[in-house]
Amino acid sequence: MQDYESSLSDTSSRKFETFSYLPSFTPEQTRQQIEYIVSKGWNPGIEHTEPENAHGHYWYMWKLPMFGETDVDVILKEVEACHAAHPNNHVRLLGFDNFAQSAGASMVIYRGQTV
Amino acid sequence: MAKTYDAGVKEYRETYWMPDYTPKDTDILACFKVTPQDGVPREEVAAAVAAESSTGTWTTVWTDLLTDLDYYKGRAYAIEDVPGDDTCFYAFIAYPIDLFEEGSIVNVMTSLVGNVFGFKALRALRLEDVRFPIAYVMTCNGPPQGIQLERDILNKYGRPLLGCTIKPKLGLSAKNYGRACYEGLRGGLDFTKDDENVNSQPFMRWRARFDFVMEAILKAEAETGERKGHYLNVTAATSDEMMKRAEYAKEIGAPIIMHDYITGGWSANTQLAQWCQDNGMLLHIHRAMHAVLDRNPHHGIHFRVLTKLLRLSGGDHLHSGTVVGKLEGDREATLGWIDIMRDSYVKEDRSRGIFFDQDWGAMPGVLPVASGGIHVWHMPALVNIFGDDSVLQFGGGTLGHPWGNAAGAAANRVAVEACVEARNMGRELEKEGKDILTAAAKNSPELAAAMETWKEIKFEFDTVDKLDVSHK
Repeated sequence: MQDYESSLSDTSSRKFETFSYLPSFTPEQTRQQIEYIVSKGWNPGIEHTEPENAHGHYWYMWKLPMFGETDVDVILKEVEACHAAHPNNHVRLLGFDNFAQSAGASMVIYRGQTV
Repeated sequence: MAKTYDAGVKEYRETYWMPDYTPKDTDILACFKVTPQDGVPREEVAAAVAAESSTGTWTTVWTDLLTDLDYYKGRAYAIEDVPGDDTCFYAFIAYPIDLFEEGSIVNVMTSLVGNVFGFKALRALRLEDVRFPIAYVMTCNGPPQGIQLERDILNKYGRPLLGCTIKPKLGLSAKNYGRACYEGLRGGLDFTKDDENVNSQPFMRWRARFDFVMEAILKAEAETGERKGHYLNVTAATSDEMMKRAEYAKEIGAPIIMHDYITGGWSANTQLAQWCQDNGMLLHIHRAMHAVLDRNPHHGIHFRVLTKLLRLSGGDHLHSGTVVGKLEGDREATLGWIDIMRDSYVKEDRSRGIFFDQDWGAMPGVLPVASGGIHVWHMPALVNIFGDDSVLQFGGGTLGHPWGNAAGAAANRVAVEACVEARNMGRELEKEGKDILTAAAKNSPELAAAMETWKEIKFEFDTVDKLDVSHK
């Protein structure tokens, strides 16, 4: 029997939706998820936020979604550039499916210090 | 030349059997599986079904001549053998759209599955499929929010949603019930769910349940930073009472409510769905009583029809069966009605039991809910079968975890995310499921314990309602 450790006061209890119950991705794992987004024909996009404002629907867009971009390295570099510019923020990568008018994928790649 | 009145009984096929008729794009088409009494010709029975489900009665009446019966009548236009079964046949019937009130599933049902099901010339009758013309679809309100909007409201993308039905079904106090919800939600579930039997019994009145559950949702959201919900069952004895409960759920900020659409009734369901759309509320639909109608292969209404009717009447989630759990559900047939729930256009596909093309136009889709006897070992197959646009619901498979349901929820959440990650990497889930879960369990003691608890459980009974395929 093990206690389930989670509380309001322990900020490490905060999660980030899809994939946040897994350990942070290695660069190779991130690369594979980007390949998936590209293979589905989705448009990659990057968003970031201060951890204290993470609950809202709208995070800050990092530039515009990368319409038509299929080069995994280019996408990965933009994720890193966003993180370098906002090292304390959560940074998430989305795959926009314009036919479903929804994100087909969304994952936080860099996790800031939760509050 | 005008017709003359000739009293007496005519054979149905003289009027209602029209093998040369080409169905119009606006016709409602139905495929019935007909088991006739011995010695009755197929054409006569098919015509009788068309007559009794549309304009006909057993004898000619003079008032027939006051209208253009040839315009309003249902037409039996085709007959086909049922593969592998000589006792019955398929009859295809076209109904002019004018026979049905706009947006009224009640009216459609009253005609198509009304008196005709008790007709003496039939031994049994089953409504296998219905094609609703886009002209009729457009008169229905449909799902209150739809899949895309639900994802946006709840901020959940790129994976199936996770739920848990609170157990025991009956007998918990409101506070203890809220506790069970809270534990599941803080452990990583998106939703918890009222069991269908939970309405407003003396041991837990609805109002107390709503209050305690809402506190559970709010605390779990604050704790995890994620959006959560609980399907508050508003199914009630009267639609006034149902609406009272729905209004209160909205007042306390609940994101989703629940209705049992068959026991509650089409009228109540359509009313509630419209209200949900007007009030920004998601609507989860349970299907109690469906197996009474859909399980017998020769009599009743196939679930794919009940699925279409629900999408028209309105609901954002609908229980679909699991294929792999404790409840009945053939794999190909289930894939067929999952398409019917979610897709905007579904092609005829007899290998999935779909008899007609169905155009849904812009009507939003319904999320299929896989629920019933599933646990973490089923996760790879469930993700493969249902894909992202689904709700996977583990009741016993969450609450039955040896460390409690926060741990049970976390185990399922880790498992679903590991399966989605692996699928996105191109791995074959049903083949490599064990390796994927075992690897994920290395970082999740909760998952490891769940895998240990349920490793031996299987449900391998044969399906009673199989697709009609030749096996002679």
